[in-house]
Amino acid sequence: MNDSLSPALAALADPTRRAILDRLRAGEASAGTLAAPFDISQPAISRHLKVMTGAGLVTHRRDGTRRMFRLAPHRLAEIDAWLDAYRAVLEANYQRLDALLAKDD
Amino acid sequence: MNSLEMTLDGDTGILCKRRFAAPPEKVFKAHTDIDLLRQWMLGPDGWTISQIEYDARPGGKIAITWENGDESFSLSGHFVSLEPPHRIVHVERFHMPDPTPDNHIETMFEADGDGTLMVMRMQLPDKEARDAMIATGMEEGMSDSYDRLDALA
Repeated sequence: MNDSLSPALAALADPTRRAILDRLRAGEASAGTLAAPFDISQPAISRHLKVMTGAGLVTHRRDGTRRMFRLAPHRLAEIDAWLDAYRAVLEANYQRLDALLAKDD
Repeated sequence: MNSLEMTLDGDTGILCKRRFAAPPEKVFKAHTDIDLLRQWMLGPDGWTISQIEYDARPGGKIAITWENGDESFSLSGHFVSLEPPHRIVHVERFHMPDPTPDNHIETMFEADGDGTLMVMRMQLPDKEARDAMIATGMEEGMSDSYDRLDALA
């Protein structure tokens, strides 16, 4: 089974990684910039970024000696579509079912 | 008021409750009869069911494709057990097109006055999948529908 969403979901379950994603929504940032708000080591941030890259959540480019990270929106959009599907399907469906149940008495 | 209520259930579950103004027999039938399903299980406004297989017996196949213009998504799964008119157990996953983690769903219909209280228990494969389902909802500004989940998280 081509289950590429599970690594993304697992990656998102960590609060530090979600905070990194929040920061990246403001735009591209270096690993050093991303590490600054956290009380954790640079290698620890690098490990988080590696997991997130592997899960398809972020991507990076080289800028001299720095690596510049940015969001990879495709994967987030897929997860969002899943959630949206559940919410929208359930809400819209049940209103329609109400009407159907009321109709055929 | 007949509105959908969603709460967390243990580490890996989500509990949905909804009341319907019809007896369990009718609500159960609406959940298993393909001609009835086609009339309500359409998803958001603008979407239609372009393909449906819904073989409501143990082991029976579930396959639904929804379309809206150029866009489409599908659901696949199977029935585990059915106890008319009170209980349905099935497994489902969405294809976006990559498959989402399997969602094991137990749906129960109990008489509630002259209506039915539906209780639907969703079980995701692990806490990460469940929490991420909620966390990403907040991330991407979909908080409206998940406010009640957030309050309990």
